[in-house]
Amino acid sequence: MEMSKRVYVTGIGIVCAIGDNVPETLQSLLMGNSGIGEITLFPTKHKGYLPVAEVKKSNQELLNDLGFPHAKHFTRTALLGMKAALEAVQSARVNNIGDCPTGLVSASSVGGMDRSENFFALFLENQKKGRLADVINHDCADTAERIAGFLNIRDFVTTISTACSSSVNALMFGANLIKTGQLDRVVAGGADSLTRFTINGFNTLMILDKSGCHPFDDNRAGLTLGEAAAYLVLESEEIVLKENKTVLAEVSGYGNANDAYHQTASSPEGKGAFLAMDKALGSGGLKPSDIDYINVHGTGTINNDLSEGAAIERLFGEHIPPFSSTKAFTGHTLGAAGAVEAVISVLSIQNQAIFPNLNFQTPMKELKMIPVTALLTRQNIRHVLSNSFGFGGNNSAIVLSIPPSFQ
Amino acid sequence: MTIDNLLIMHTKQIYINGLGNVSPQNTTNPEDFLDEPLSFETNRLKCIDPGYKEFIPSDMLRRMGRIIKMGVAASKICLRNAGQTLPDGTFIAPEAIITGTGMGCLEDTGKFLTSMINNKEELLTPTSFIQSTHNTVAGQIALLIKCHGYNFTYVHRSFSFESALMDAIIQIRTGEVSNVLAGASDEITSHSFAIMERMGHWKQKPFHSLNLLKDTQRGTIAGEGASFFFLENQKKQHTYAELKGITTLLTPASVAETGQKCKQFLAKHQLTMQDIDLVVPGFNGDIRFDTVYNEFIADCFPATPLACFKHLCGEYHTATAFALWMASLVIEKQRVPAVALYRNEPSLPINNILIYNHYRNIEHAFILVSKA
Repeated sequence: MEMSKRVYVTGIGIVCAIGDNVPETLQSLLMGNSGIGEITLFPTKHKGYLPVAEVKKSNQELLNDLGFPHAKHFTRTALLGMKAALEAVQSARVNNIGDCPTGLVSASSVGGMDRSENFFALFLENQKKGRLADVINHDCADTAERIAGFLNIRDFVTTISTACSSSVNALMFGANLIKTGQLDRVVAGGADSLTRFTINGFNTLMILDKSGCHPFDDNRAGLTLGEAAAYLVLESEEIVLKENKTVLAEVSGYGNANDAYHQTASSPEGKGAFLAMDKALGSGGLKPSDIDYINVHGTGTINNDLSEGAAIERLFGEHIPPFSSTKAFTGHTLGAAGAVEAVISVLSIQNQAIFPNLNFQTPMKELKMIPVTALLTRQNIRHVLSNSFGFGGNNSAIVLSIPPSFQ
Repeated sequence: MTIDNLLIMHTKQIYINGLGNVSPQNTTNPEDFLDEPLSFETNRLKCIDPGYKEFIPSDMLRRMGRIIKMGVAASKICLRNAGQTLPDGTFIAPEAIITGTGMGCLEDTGKFLTSMINNKEELLTPTSFIQSTHNTVAGQIALLIKCHGYNFTYVHRSFSFESALMDAIIQIRTGEVSNVLAGASDEITSHSFAIMERMGHWKQKPFHSLNLLKDTQRGTIAGEGASFFFLENQKKQHTYAELKGITTLLTPASVAETGQKCKQFLAKHQLTMQDIDLVVPGFNGDIRFDTVYNEFIADCFPATPLACFKHLCGEYHTATAFALWMASLVIEKQRVPAVALYRNEPSLPINNILIYNHYRNIEHAFILVSKA
């Protein structure tokens, strides 16, 4: 089995706190508009205390957008996923998804928890209570099978759940399926909606910043949760050449490693993060000096930014490329984060721009590196490295590159 | 839906060189191959505790959810069985850990939900939230044996274990790694059992588990398990079998389509249906879904010997991992345990075994295992 084939991004789709689609998201990134605000989606004790980055649409509005306003029982995660995946496929100008072997590799960390936590409140009172329709779509696979059904993807479907690194891993597995000739096209990405389960869970870890995240700042106090879905259409070189398709970016390298340090915390030296970035560069035949921009994981927790920073300083030495965390725009969208940031990386290449790390004021004492804090345009961006790290020591990194000329 | 090209490029064979299985049967010692099968009067099978203290430090053991204990124990049994230990007992880390789970850590998810609801979002503790993450088993294995390699968790109903195996095959055949610890785990909890009972998944009352496959009513029995495999690119003295390949189909339109996919899948390995010495179908005693197996077998394997497994481990999303454990041992020992044999004793040698499973007629999969 050879890995000689190249993999291209031919379409992108996103729905997140700063935009319902790619053009809106780009506009917010260019204008510096954050999507962080108050919790409005559901009643919770944390409303007014813990900010979040919500998609500014109700489930009914999402159903209307998708064209089936009367459908019931969809989880919010699935609705977000379907919307972003549809935009990705449309942007790739796929007219007939069955025209070549096509698969879907999706990612999620909470799946249908947005409905099952409501079911559970009734179920705990009495095990005969609670509507089964509110829990039947609880698992992570539901979103993938909904998207596959909606887009008529027939040849392969799977779901990856590796916490906050999930959707980079989806891109990685999707690229491997193309590189090894299993499939010609893969729609890959992830979706996660906000739930009381996640807000309360992260709150017990005391890593939610009450004033909204400020990544890589010395006074950072935690992350801000968000919700989103983002999908990328990956296609083989053969399809791209045969159909003379517009290529948005090349998936030129990726790496996955485990920190094996602690179930939730990252090692102080960022061993897993270093290994993942090093593998990503190596698999793309790239040197650290080839990277023009790093979209860091940069959650804004004390632990992540220190660990990730140490790993970046070790890998890049004195020559750290411009970097920013875009999580102060979108929030930390967990299982969707890797795909959200892959879409942002593609936008960075397309626009030759580096989007700012919002809310930054004070450099971290332990690090020499300082993020980009204002929009930079007219850059020369050929290769973007994007990091995603998660619970369970899961560390992933991907390199997206300027598309080659096919002339 | 099928991925067949995986099987075309036979540049590297993949061998099953170690097994670890925690299940409702006595399966932790591969020498003891279902010789004394356990039968239970129940509609919910539970894994036998293999003595978790032996595998997990006691301070961790107290906090760990059951699925994590099952997964860690099965993976350590597997690594020992594969000889991946140093003389002092330390584990030699595999180059990759790839796992599947249909529902993930249900016990911890249920615990956190319960305290969140009952305590009205106040005074919550993080342990069950931390452990509720779907990749906890793979993460804990990596942590305990210090494995910094590739680490993936697939969570897609009855494609979870299948996707993990598929990825393992890609990782080895492309030369990214020379070995993978691959496996699956799923647990049933009182909450998930009660919810699925309301959905009509289970037999109405306790059932004599070993008689499951003779039943002609609706429902099956709930099961659970954790099964791990040490996959390598080299044949060793202790090799059990060769993992040839895997293919999946999502909601095939008809049994004829499934048969067609099966034929194509075997053809990629230069095999025909006549070359299959034993079929291991996922019969689960639920008349609504067993008819799919019956029709497929009548069409494609009308006289082939059959061995079954869900009366031993129950129904769960990653039950095919139990089936692969069983098939690996059948190949190695060249015998089918009496309790598993469903139809016709296979003639020797047993060279090729085909596992065929579907979950409620949605996710269908074939796994091909051969004599190494």
